[in-house]
Amino acid sequence: MEKVVGVLQKYGCAKENLIQIMLELQKLSGNNCLPKDWVAKVAETLELPLSKVYGVITFYSMFHTEPTGKYFIEVCKSGPCHIAGAENVLHMLEKELGIKPGETTPDGCFTLTKSSCFGACDIAPAIKIGEKVFGNLTKDKLKEIISSCREGL
Amino acid sequence: MEDIKILSARFGKIKPDSVEEYINAGGYEGLKKAVTMQQEEIIEEMKKSNLYGRGGAAYPTGIKWEQAYAVKKDPKYLVCNADEGEPGTFKDKRILAEDPLLLIEGMTIGAYIMGAKEGYIYIRGEYSAIQRIVKSAIENAKKAGYLGTNILGKGFDFDLHVVSGAGAYVCGENTALVESLEGKQGRPRQKPPYVKNCGLFQMPTILNNVETYSCIPCIVNVGGERYSSFGTEFSGGTKLLCLSGNVVNRGVYEIPYGLTIREIIYNLGGGVKDGKKLKFVHLGGSSGSCLPESLLDTRICYDDLKKNGLSLGSGAVLVVDDSNCVVDYLKAVMEFFEEESCGKCTPCREGNQRLLELLEKLSQGRGTLADIEKMKSIAQTMKMTSFCGLGQSAPTALVTLLKYFENEFIEHTAGKCANGKCSMNSKGVN
Amino acid sequence: MDMINLKIDGLDVSVSKGTTILEAAKELKIDIPTLCYIKKLNEVGSCRVCVVEIEGKRGLQPACVTNVSEGMVVSTANKTVRETRKNILELILANHNRECLSCPRNLKCELQKLCNEAGVDNVYYEKKALRSPVSASLSIVRDPGKCVLCGRCISVCANVQNVGVIDFAYRGPQTAVTTPYEQNLSENSCINCGQCIEICPVGALQEKDDTDKVWSAIDNPGLHVVVQVAPAVRVALGEEFGMPVGSNVEGKMVSALKRLGFDKVFDTDFSADLTIMEEGTELLDRINNGGKLPLITSCSPGWIKFCEHNYQDFLDNLSSCKSPQQMFGAVAKSYYAKRADIDPAKIFVVSVMPCTAKKFEAVRDEMQVNGYREVDAVITTRELAKMIKLSGMDFTKLPDGTFDGILGESTGAAVIFGATGGVMEAALRTVADILTGKDLQDIDYKEVRGLEGTREATVEINGMEIKLAIVNGTGNAAKLLDKIRAGEANYHFIEVMACRGGCINGGGQPIILDKSKTEEVRQRRAEGLYGIDRSKEIRKSHQNPEIKELYADFFEKPGSHKVHEHLHTHYVKR
Ligand SMILES: Cc1cc2nc3c(=O)[nH]c(=O)nc-3n(C[C@H](O)[C@H](O)[C@H](O)COP(=O)(O)O)c2cc1C
Ligand code: SF4
Ligand code: SF4
Ligand code: SF4
Ligand code: SF4
Ligand code: FES
Repeated sequence: MEKVVGVLQKYGCAKENLIQIMLELQKLSGNNCLPKDWVAKVAETLELPLSKVYGVITFYSMFHTEPTGKYFIEVCKSGPCHIAGAENVLHMLEKELGIKPGETTPDGCFTLTKSSCFGACDIAPAIKIGEKVFGNLTKDKLKEIISSCREGL
Repeated sequence: MEDIKILSARFGKIKPDSVEEYINAGGYEGLKKAVTMQQEEIIEEMKKSNLYGRGGAAYPTGIKWEQAYAVKKDPKYLVCNADEGEPGTFKDKRILAEDPLLLIEGMTIGAYIMGAKEGYIYIRGEYSAIQRIVKSAIENAKKAGYLGTNILGKGFDFDLHVVSGAGAYVCGENTALVESLEGKQGRPRQKPPYVKNCGLFQMPTILNNVETYSCIPCIVNVGGERYSSFGTEFSGGTKLLCLSGNVVNRGVYEIPYGLTIREIIYNLGGGVKDGKKLKFVHLGGSSGSCLPESLLDTRICYDDLKKNGLSLGSGAVLVVDDSNCVVDYLKAVMEFFEEESCGKCTPCREGNQRLLELLEKLSQGRGTLADIEKMKSIAQTMKMTSFCGLGQSAPTALVTLLKYFENEFIEHTAGKCANGKCSMNSKGVN
Repeated sequence: MDMINLKIDGLDVSVSKGTTILEAAKELKIDIPTLCYIKKLNEVGSCRVCVVEIEGKRGLQPACVTNVSEGMVVSTANKTVRETRKNILELILANHNRECLSCPRNLKCELQKLCNEAGVDNVYYEKKALRSPVSASLSIVRDPGKCVLCGRCISVCANVQNVGVIDFAYRGPQTAVTTPYEQNLSENSCINCGQCIEICPVGALQEKDDTDKVWSAIDNPGLHVVVQVAPAVRVALGEEFGMPVGSNVEGKMVSALKRLGFDKVFDTDFSADLTIMEEGTELLDRINNGGKLPLITSCSPGWIKFCEHNYQDFLDNLSSCKSPQQMFGAVAKSYYAKRADIDPAKIFVVSVMPCTAKKFEAVRDEMQVNGYREVDAVITTRELAKMIKLSGMDFTKLPDGTFDGILGESTGAAVIFGATGGVMEAALRTVADILTGKDLQDIDYKEVRGLEGTREATVEINGMEIKLAIVNGTGNAAKLLDKIRAGEANYHFIEVMACRGGCINGGGQPIILDKSKTEEVRQRRAEGLYGIDRSKEIRKSHQNPEIKELYADFFEKPGSHKVHEHLHTHYVKR
C-alpha cells in the first residue's frame, strides 16, 4: 500500500491522472495487474466512485484485473499483420506454449493474447512481449524468442 | 522526383533528444523566426501553406487555428494527438522517436500563437519506450531555454507534458482523447461544442496530429507559399506515408503531394512482393477505402482522391496481393472495429458485431445473397448514424471492397473461396 | 428571446434558440421516438433511435441533442429515416433477451413499444454477445441480457441519488452497465431506492419479486396473515388497471386484499400516525432539552442507508423512531397479538409498499420485536397489482371495502406521508397543538408542500420559531447536509425522502411508460393524497382514536420505556 500512496502523491492525487497512476501501479505490481485493494485505495483517495474507476480499468486494454504471465505476449491481428501471416504466428505460439489466446501457461510464465495494431506494420507479422516488439517473424525466429524468454526466467 | 525532406530530414542522423544536435541540424529556426512575427501573420502563412491536418480528417490547419485564435477564453490548451492507432500507420512513431524536438518546436510555435501555457502530448501506451525519449527531449528543451518559462527571452511560457494512453484506438478521436486526458473512459463527447471552444477541462483546446505540428516550423521558416509549392495546388507540402503489406520495401516515406499511388508502390516500394499481383490497396488505414488496380494512377492529393471516392486518412498504404481473399481480410478489419468500438452508440457497437457475424457466415460457406444486402444496409446505417468517426468509417473497407469485388462475395455464398483462405466449414455457428 | 424558424416534415415552426429538434417537433405534435433520452437527466445521444434527416447535412442527426438552427429543413419519418430507425432497433433487439411473454415489463416496455411501432418483427442475426447473468439483491434484480445500454440508470444513481454504484464498463461487444467487479448490489453502497428501475426503459431492472412468499403464507392455514398498505400505494395502484393517474383506489384495494385471502387488512397510515406521535415528541424533547439538532426524519430506508454510508457524522441527528412500516410490524406482533389473542409466532406481516428499499429495511437486524421479525414480507405496488391480476379480479369493478380495526384507523396527517413534505406537515399539526395546547383549525402548512427537490420554511408556533427543510432525492439531501457541515445552513427539523417527490414516486410504484410525463404523474399522485387528507374528518395524528387507545392500553405515553423497546431503533456505520 505504500507503493500506492507513493504513486498517488507523485501524481498529486489528481483525478485527471487516474490512467497514469494505474499504468504506473500495474508496472509496480510485479504481476502486471491491478490488485483490487489498490484500485479501491486509488478510488478512495481520488474521491472517485469505485464504479468509475472500474469502468476505466476495464475500458482500456492495457489494464488487467487478474495477474498475467511474466511474459505477456500480444499477437497483432490487425489488417497489415493479418495479410503477413499473423494467423500462422498465433498458431505457432499456441502450439509452442500449449495455450490459447487469453490463457496463461500453468507455470505462470507466458500469457498469450491477440491485440490491435501497435504500429509495427513495417515488420509484420509482429508480436509484442511486454514493451518489446519483435517483427518479421518466422517459425525459427519465434522459437528462438520463446526459448530466450524461458532462459531469462 | 524532387527529393524534399522536411519531416524526415533528421531521422537517424541526430541523437533524438539532443537540443544541440537538433539545432546544428537546422532545428529551432522556425521558432526563432516565429517569435519575431505577429500571431496573425503566422496564421496567415499557415493558411497560405495549404496544410491539411495529417491525423486523418484533413481539416485545413490554418483555418482551424484562425478559429481557435479567435476564441476569447483562457486558459487555452495545446494538445498533440500521438495516439496513432490506425492499423497500418507508424509515421508519428518515427517523428516521436527520431526527431521529437521538431514536434516540440511546432507545438511551441502554436503556444506562442495561442497564448497557451500548458500543452499535452498524448502518446499511445504501446509506445512506452518512445514516451521516455519525448520526455527527455522536453527536459532538454527546457534546460536550453526553448521551453518552460521566458522562452527565448521573449517572455512567454509554455510547459509540455507527456500523457500515456492505455490501449484504446478510439482515443485518437478528438473528444475521446480529451476525455482520456482527463483520466476518464475514452468515450467521445457530443459535438458541438467543439474542442476549440470547449475541450480539455472545458477550456478552448487546439488539438492536432504529431505530423501536423511538425510541419509548422518549416512553414514559418520558408513561408506558406514556398511550403505549399512542395505539394500540389490543393495539398501543400509533403506527407509521411506508411507503406506496408505485400510490398518489397515497407517503411515510412516522405513524399511531396502529387505522386500517384502506383509510383509509391512501384518506385518507392519496389512493387509487390514475391512476384505476385496486386489485388487492392487499402488506403488510409483500416477506416480508409480500398481501391483496385484501376485506380492506382490517382495522385496523392486530397482533391484527386476525393474525386475517386478515396481519402488519404493517416497516410497508410497497405498493399494486398492476389493471394488474399476479401472476405477473410475484412474479417480481420471488422474484428478490429468490433473490439475497438467504445460501445457508446448502438450502430457502431452492434453494427460491427453484426457485420463480423455475416462475414463469418460467408467465410463458413453459409452466407447468402440476402446477407450481402443486409451488410450493405447495416453499413449504411452505421455510416449515417454513428456517434463518432470510428463507427462512421468502420464499414468503409467493406463498402469499397463490395463495390469492386462483389463477385468474390457472391462466390462465397456458393461455398467457394478462390484463394482458399476461408474455411468453408459450415459446422457450428461460431 | 431569439426565435428560430424551421420546417419539420413540411410544417413551419418557430421556437426559441437552444431548442432541440425533438422539442421543436413536439410543438407540431410530432413525436420523434427516443430511447436513451431523458430530459435534463440523460441527454447523451447514444441510442440513435431518434435520428432525423436534415437537409444539407451528411448522415442523420439525433433529434434529442441537436439544436435547431434558422432555416433548417428536417424530415423525421422519410424513407431513409424509417429504414435506418428500423435497422437500429433491430440491432438493439439482436443482443436482447427477447422474453416479452414472461417479462415483468411486458406492455410497459419502451423498447417493445418502439419495435412495435417501427414494425421490427424479425431479427436477422444469430449470435448473442455474452452478458453477465441475472443478479438479485434484496431489493433489485438486474438482467444485463435485457439492458439496452442507455445509461439512464447510471445517471439517476449518480446524479439524482448521488450514489453512483453502477457505471459503464468494458467496451465493444462487452460494454456493460455494472457495479465494480460485478458485485451484487447488496455488497456495496446501493441504497435500494429503485429509482434505477423506474427510469429503465426495459425489463433490465426490476424489483426482487416476493409475491411467492406472500402466496405461500396465505396458503398456510397455520398462519394469521395480516397486511398493511403504505399511503402512496392507494393513489398509484389504479394506474396498473388503466385508471386515471392519481385516482384514490383505497376502497377497491382493501376489497382486493380481502379477496386475496389476507386475514386482516390494516393500514400503514395507522402507524404513520404513531410515528408522528413519537417523532413529534422527540422533536420537542430535543429542542427543549438541548438534544442533537437538526432532527432528521427516518422513515425512508433508502435515505437511512445513504446516511449510514456517506454521512456518518449525522447518524445522531436521525430520529430514533422506526419507520411506519416497522412500527406497524412491532405493534402487530405485540399489542395486536395480545388484543386478538394470537401467538405472535403465528402472525405473518406483509407490507405493500411503494418502495423497494422497504424490502431491505424489513430484514435489518434491528427490526425485531420480542425476538420476532416485525415484517415478514414486503411487496411493492407493482407486485400487488400482479397478484390481483393473477387472481382474475376485475379491479375497477370491485366494491369499496374498509380497513380492519384496531390497526386500520388513520388521519389526514398520515396519508400525506406519501408525498414529500407530508411527514413535516403531519408533525407540525401535532407539535402545534401540543405547544399551544389548543385544537388548531388552520392546519394546511402550504409552505412545506410542493415537489421541488429542496424547500425551506420557518414556522412560528406559540412564539417558538422552528426552522425547517424538506429534501427529496438523496442527491439533494447530500447537498443540504454539505451545507450544514460547512456551517452555511442550520435547521431544527429536516424531512428527507430518498426518492424525488417522495414515496409517490418510489422505486416500487407503477412504471410510467412515457417518461416525459413523470413530473405530471408525480403531481397527480401527490394531489391524490392531499385530496384524501382534505376529505378526512380527523386530520391530526394525535386525534386518531385507535392511536389514543393504543397508548392508553399498551404504551402509556409517547417516549415511554415500552415505546422505546418497541418503536425506536439505532443506526450503524457502513
Ligand atoms: C476513431 C478515430 C481515431 C483517430 N485516431 C487518430 C490518431 O491516432 N491520430 C491522429 O492524429 N488523429 C486521429 N484521428 C483524427 C482526430 O480525431 C483528429 O481529427 C486529428 O487528430 C486532428 O488533428 P489534425 O487536424 O492535425 O489531423 C482519429 C479519428 C477517429 C474518429
Ligand atoms: S461510433 Fe463507435 S467509437 Fe464512436 S461513439 Fe459510437 S460506439 Fe463509440
Ligand atoms: S424488456 Fe421489453 S422487449 Fe425486452 S423482453 Fe421485456 S418486455 Fe420484451
Ligand atoms: S437502487 Fe438506487 S442506489 Fe441502488 S443502483 Fe438503483 S438507483 Fe442506485
Ligand atoms: S439497466 Fe436499464 S436504464 Fe440501465 S442502461 Fe440498461 S436499459 Fe438503460
Ligand atoms: S434518444 Fe436521441 S440518441 Fe437516444
